Amino acid sequence: MEQKQDHCCNGGSRRNFIKKTTALTALSIVPSAIIKAGEHHEAIASYMEKTPVQLEINGKPYKVLVDPGVSLLDMLRENVGLTGTKKGCDQGHCGACIVHVDGKRVNSCLSEAVDNNGKKITTIEGLAEGDKLHPMQEAFIKHDAFQCGYCTPGQIMSGVACIREGQAGSPDEIKEFMSDNICRCGAYPNIVAAITEVKNSGQKI
Amino acid sequence: MNNKIKFFETDNDDDRVDGIDKVTGRAKYTADHMLENMAYAVFVTSTVAKGAIKSMLLHEARNAPGVLDIIYYQNCPPVPGYRPYAKDPAKKGFEWRGLKVFDNNLVYYYGQPIALVVATTWEKAVKAASLVKAEYITEAFETDFETLRKNEKKLKPAGQYKRGEEDAWKNAEVSIEAEYFTPIETHNPIELHATIAVWEGDDKLTVYDKSQGPKGTQSELARNFGLDEKNVRVITKFVGGAFGSALRSWPHVPAACIAAKVVKRPVKLVLNRRQMFTMVGYRPQSWQKISIGATKEGKLTGITHHAISNTSRYEDFREGIVNAAQFLYECPNVNTSYKILPLDINTPTWMRGPGEATGAFALECALDELAYKLNMDPVELRIKNYAEVHPVSKLPWTSKFLKECYAAGKEMIGWHKRPSIPRSLQENGMLVGYGMAGGVFGAGRGNATVKAILKNDGTLILQSAVSDMGPGTATTMVKVAAEVMQMPASKIKFQLGDTDFPPGPTQGGSTTTSTLGSGVSIACEALKQALKELARTIIPSFSTIAAEELGIADGYVVSKKDSQQKISFTELLQKAGKPEIEVIKESTRATAEFQKYAMNSFSAHFVKVHVHPTTGAIALKQIIATGDGGKIISEKTARSQMIGGAVGGIGMALTEEALIDHTTGKYITDTLGKYQVPRHRDVPFIETYFPNKPDPIINPMGSKGVGEIALVGFAPAVANAVFNATGKRVRSLPIKPEHLI
Repeated sequence: MEQKQDHCCNGGSRRNFIKKTTALTALSIVPSAIIKAGEHHEAIASYMEKTPVQLEINGKPYKVLVDPGVSLLDMLRENVGLTGTKKGCDQGHCGACIVHVDGKRVNSCLSEAVDNNGKKITTIEGLAEGDKLHPMQEAFIKHDAFQCGYCTPGQIMSGVACIREGQAGSPDEIKEFMSDNICRCGAYPNIVAAITEVKNSGQKI
Repeated sequence: MNNKIKFFETDNDDDRVDGIDKVTGRAKYTADHMLENMAYAVFVTSTVAKGAIKSMLLHEARNAPGVLDIIYYQNCPPVPGYRPYAKDPAKKGFEWRGLKVFDNNLVYYYGQPIALVVATTWEKAVKAASLVKAEYITEAFETDFETLRKNEKKLKPAGQYKRGEEDAWKNAEVSIEAEYFTPIETHNPIELHATIAVWEGDDKLTVYDKSQGPKGTQSELARNFGLDEKNVRVITKFVGGAFGSALRSWPHVPAACIAAKVVKRPVKLVLNRRQMFTMVGYRPQSWQKISIGATKEGKLTGITHHAISNTSRYEDFREGIVNAAQFLYECPNVNTSYKILPLDINTPTWMRGPGEATGAFALECALDELAYKLNMDPVELRIKNYAEVHPVSKLPWTSKFLKECYAAGKEMIGWHKRPSIPRSLQENGMLVGYGMAGGVFGAGRGNATVKAILKNDGTLILQSAVSDMGPGTATTMVKVAAEVMQMPASKIKFQLGDTDFPPGPTQGGSTTTSTLGSGVSIACEALKQALKELARTIIPSFSTIAAEELGIADGYVVSKKDSQQKISFTELLQKAGKPEIEVIKESTRATAEFQKYAMNSFSAHFVKVHVHPTTGAIALKQIIATGDGGKIISEKTARSQMIGGAVGGIGMALTEEALIDHTTGKYITDTLGKYQVPRHRDVPFIETYFPNKPDPIINPMGSKGVGEIALVGFAPAVANAVFNATGKRVRSLPIKPEHLI
């Protein structure tokens, strides 16, 4: 029943992308008629409206066709199939959707997908190296820095950035610079303990 | 002071069994499921608080790109469960609970779902939903709790209790009387409520749903759509927090099912954050009045507790606000009354610690006020009135170690530093205060069925149709099984979140560990028996040994007389030619025994606060959360639950308040920007303590549960500390700086 979305194309499916763009060009002379063309023309109509975005996600090149107005968050989840990044509010209040864009933490719900052309994105799925967890992921497990786990991808991405930014010098500093990430289960003290441990270990993250 | 607990001598530590899934993004929450040909649904919601829809203007939305259909009251297919009694009068009372979405044109509150746009993508559904317009016939509405609660005619009785003399506090040597207010609090788990519905033909439904009880959701949906339960499958692999909001199916669940039926495609419906305020319940607001009388020595002589909380116009909701006043302390004369006030807003529901937390704010603050009036230490006052038997039922408790909690809390926080005169201690220019309060919640045990499958590679799989909103159900259950089976936890898997598994309980009311743990324990015991029997049947050297002379340890069936005579599970199953051996066992509530006892978990919270003398800014500096939850099975996850309850309590005490604009009926605080939940900077280091004494009666593990007591009694501890720091008694939550300057 589960299906991997194929709206994205990397490597081998480049040909499909070109095929679609060619069809798109051919049809572009009669846009309004096609867009309203009813259900069986739905696929054609939706390609008409899409914009290609070329970017790198977790070290791999992607070309993604997205509707205008699609957020980076929804593109990652719905088009690329990387559902580790979570939607908590879609308003930039909760931090569940935080990813790294060119190394900086960003609320992906507030970023338009099309504005990420040429950028390097790292999501929670790209943090571990194969089966070897990132030190922050290990520390989160060790310190039980989550309960339900839903805000966790955002907390971890934010925690890694917090250290890289040099804003993890003390528990109080960590608390201040992690305050854009809500944890409704209330694992805050454990999250701070996890980040502190990774910071103090001196590991390069 | 902290007891270091090693419950089971197994090879694992307390790390969560689903930890790797959760830190790598592999854990699949409801909205993470992507199905072939899936359509997306978005609600249109009412923009008036009361009345009826006169007309819906759908033309523009219907013609918007990607729109598959728009469902509303005029085209919604019949839902059998909305009026089951139309065909069968015996089914009165079995209809869909609460709002029957798209059933008619009536509007009961602002933000009510009135139409559902289904489109090929979420963005297109959102766009089209914005184009739907409704015209209404409006009526006058009522949302102002504070004004309306004073009008007795508007209230509905919801319970009364009396023992001894009514209002005996009036004749006491020392007494206090005070009114307390608590606002609407919303659960707001970070995972948005979501449902994906898939029909196969007309009679088979699969639903991915954020649910605290997949079995409950299955039976609600089967009834609602007139299906056999076996033809409804509910899948809930991970739940991103809920705190009560997913205890029942709200209208978006049938709405997604209706939509999937109409468009003949899988439909995903995810609420937005604003809808999390108006569609999935909340802790109702309350007014309470408490009067307590005592002797000069501090013996309680009378407690009177009156409470009113709100409900909706279309459904009654009541909870245990006045319960603790009846039984937490020994007192000969107690009377309570509880009433509910219907308002034109959505229906409330249980939120963590539910009514008990609301009631504890009033009761535990009032006791603190009494302690000052008596010039007595508040802990001493509680110990002086410690109930040794349940004051209502007069039954002994199965276990009660609240005194141990008081003692530990005092020592850990340094209670001796608490000034007995308010506003008399300063630290670095800040006013310092210490406060404490207690909490109580029912402990119990329901029914659970667990399947245990031992594979011939020596691994054990346990299955039950429960879900885990975060406390760590699978982690705890693996530890229970490891103990009973005397095998390494690393070889055990607990599978949940699918109604294809045997029926398990709804996760709520601090009963999961007790109920499900009993099921796991009983299933594992049965498995042990089956393994012993198998050994006696097929292994010649075991055939002469009586079953009771055989033991189970480290993956072997072993003779108790001769430990050299043993056979591994793996070898046993291979010799038997079985790939696996399986047992299913139901654990039921032991009613006869249970009737002889009272069953509760208890907590005591101790906090230290700083209050800025000029600005009134409040900072929590130290928190000690203690809880008698019986035997603690997994110290790490239990500690996290206590911490989480304290953080919830910080929100209740200092930040959380959902406000309604009484000119429109709309929530003003309808985002996580406006509705403030605690953030990292609001939370200090939190220490926990468990007496960790096994309850001898409730279940084989001796555990009672800590989820609710973690929060019950926390907010009053903060309020009492704030009084100790400032001399200002704030009786309305949340406590804000402006109350203190």
